[in-house]
Amino acid sequence: MIIELGHYALVLALATALIQAMLPIVGARRGDRALMELASSAALVCALLVAFSFAVLTFAYVTSDFSVRNVWENSHSLKPLIYKISGVWGNHEGSMLLWLLILVFFSALVAVFGRNLPETLKATVLAVQAWIAAAFALFVLLTSNPFARLIPAPGEGKDLNPVLQDVGLAIHPPLLYLGYVGFSVCFSFAIAALIEGRIDAAWARWVRPWTLAAWTFLTAGIAMGSYWAYYELGWGGWWFWDPVENASFMPWLAGTALLHSALVMEKREALKIWTVLLAIMTFSLSLLGTFLVRSGVLTSVHAFATDPTRGIFILAILVLFIGGAFSLFAFRASRLKSGGLFAPISREGALVLNNLILTTATATVLTGTLYPLVLEALTGDKISVGAPFFNMTFGLLMLPLLFAVPFGPLLAWKRGDLTGVAQRLFVAAAVGILAGAAYYYAMNGGPVLALFGIALGAYLIVGALTDLILRSGIGKVAANVAWKRLSGLPRSAFGTALAHAGLGVTLIGIVAVTAFETETVVEMKPGMMVDAGGYALRFDGMRQGRGPNYTEETGHFTVSRGGVVVTEIWSSKRLYTARRMPTTEAGIRTFGLSQLYVSLGDPMTGGGIVVRIWWKPLILCIWGGALIMMAGGIVSLSDRRLRVGAPARARRAPRIALGAAE
Amino acid sequence: MIRLLLALCLCLSSLAPTFAVNPDEVLADPALEARARAISAKLRCMVCQNQSIDDSNAELAKDLRVLVRERLANGDTDEAVIAYVVSRYGDFVLLKPRFEAKTLILWGMPVILLLCGGAALVVAARRRSATTPGAPLSDEEKEKLDKLLRS
Repeated sequence: MIIELGHYALVLALATALIQAMLPIVGARRGDRALMELASSAALVCALLVAFSFAVLTFAYVTSDFSVRNVWENSHSLKPLIYKISGVWGNHEGSMLLWLLILVFFSALVAVFGRNLPETLKATVLAVQAWIAAAFALFVLLTSNPFARLIPAPGEGKDLNPVLQDVGLAIHPPLLYLGYVGFSVCFSFAIAALIEGRIDAAWARWVRPWTLAAWTFLTAGIAMGSYWAYYELGWGGWWFWDPVENASFMPWLAGTALLHSALVMEKREALKIWTVLLAIMTFSLSLLGTFLVRSGVLTSVHAFATDPTRGIFILAILVLFIGGAFSLFAFRASRLKSGGLFAPISREGALVLNNLILTTATATVLTGTLYPLVLEALTGDKISVGAPFFNMTFGLLMLPLLFAVPFGPLLAWKRGDLTGVAQRLFVAAAVGILAGAAYYYAMNGGPVLALFGIALGAYLIVGALTDLILRSGIGKVAANVAWKRLSGLPRSAFGTALAHAGLGVTLIGIVAVTAFETETVVEMKPGMMVDAGGYALRFDGMRQGRGPNYTEETGHFTVSRGGVVVTEIWSSKRLYTARRMPTTEAGIRTFGLSQLYVSLGDPMTGGGIVVRIWWKPLILCIWGGALIMMAGGIVSLSDRRLRVGAPARARRAPRIALGAAE
Repeated sequence: MIRLLLALCLCLSSLAPTFAVNPDEVLADPALEARARAISAKLRCMVCQNQSIDDSNAELAKDLRVLVRERLANGDTDEAVIAYVVSRYGDFVLLKPRFEAKTLILWGMPVILLLCGGAALVVAARRRSATTPGAPLSDEEKEKLDKLLRS
């Protein structure tokens, strides 16, 4: 009964979304306040209905109600509670419901915290949000109903795909969707601006925090997914340029560009049309990502949905929204007047360069991802576009961008002094060269490209801090004055510095791992020793074990350095009993920022077992840098300036906008 | 001293059979094996999804790895090995497609976009410097702006 209520709530949510999609727009055209105000209440009701529906599905999972087909297909009564809950979105139907839930949740946030938005703008934004919500609610109801019953009910479920039974993957989809779907708000604002034919200061002030928040979540989601792939898939790789990874990476790249162009628009009133276009493109890429992953058009390690009717439905949504948005843009964009003059060498100029390169990079990844599909459809020729292609093209594009990053915040608005900035970055460049040389020396050689990469990373970090140092006058004025100035700097300055420094940290991790990782693949028998990264690993033997829904074989390794035992590593292979599916649980030990990674292969006839041991120098920098970038996003969100735009009643301002930003 | 130790570590670790996919596939000559690994990373495992034969543990990938090593051991150059594999399995096996007519757009996209984008920027900058700034704020907007600035 409760299952049917959940289903019914979803139908009601669709009806509410349809009302919210039409009446407020009519109200905004006619100046009818009652119709416009309908948008907020409808958004709240819709959010409650979808939340109820989602709660019902979660309830079915937690109570292992196998009369629900979706639960039977993806759950098991012996599964730990956390994976029963994460199982809700570990499958196609549930994850689409989660997508919808996050979408209507964001609409509700706009409804609640947007009290002081111009009322026609707010009504239009909420209506556009409801178009998306209605399309996806329809999609869930017609093609991916998670509430379908199974009669008679089976006694036991088929279990969740074992590689998805992992804490990392329990939180990866929600984070990713918060990012993906967060950009829907920017999209709705852009569409609303086009419909209204005007953009004002409130527009930019609203779009920037949403972009920042969505970007921060997406950064977290991608980093989480990358770390999950690293430890769970057992290959020791952390980025594969897999189409599904690209699907999440493209909105991130476009979102990063949007973040920067929105900054120019907010501060200088320039790049209005471009920012609107970028907002549309970013969410379009999110939609495209959803389509690529959900339609099964790319069959890859991540894809777990393969039903063409769904693919066609999402494709229709995609064409409707992207096509509609771009047509609207083509007809209306000329109405938006741009302002804010600037010289080519200026902070605006630097941000334009950032946008040019990031957009090109996005398009390159997009072309590479879709090219094999399109070529095969058009000519029947089958080609592959894999990691070597992306590493080369993307890497070449990133080089000038990374070099230019520290220049941006140091250049003045309107007209900057390039030589002056270059002089101020002298220290950063020197530190970079020293760091590269030191690493080269410590590693006793290695590729020259690695030296250059490390130097670039260090230059990015020091360059990011240079802005803070110069603005606070550290080293030039007394310490207490410098401290006062430093703490008086806007939070967004710290946000920028953190995000840029994080980029440098990630770069150092990538370069160090790529150039200096060692891999040892060897057949080991108990008692045998192998060296990796300056540590000696002794294989002590195998042990049988059993978890709640799997059996496992675990290899035990003792790690020593210079004859002294420092730690031990367990690395296992699991067999999940319900699906008879094996997984590797790599043994990982962290030493500072580097890791030893041990993964078990097949047993050999002679009684030994194949063991793969990697030494991954500075690998934690890759995700550590992402964490620093996220911290930058969060710090920037707490900036007072971002709160100023929202309030209607000045007294309540900070609280309102802080909530909106979160 | 530290450098000496590190050098020693590196020497010692190179004694262990590094660079190998499965212990039984390893070539005795480390230089040849390194070349084999580099080639393997560029070839797609035909039955897998976006994995190189170097990463994959599928049977077919193993056969291809062995094939690559056999050709190398026979004295083929890297190009000759890749050309041989392509002649047997087609372009699909290459993870980095060759630059040819059908991949023109793929390889050309970044260059075209950078050039067009750059050109558009120059044109926009010229046009911008020729036009006057946009219309002033309406009274209502000014009032709002004041409110915003005061808050």
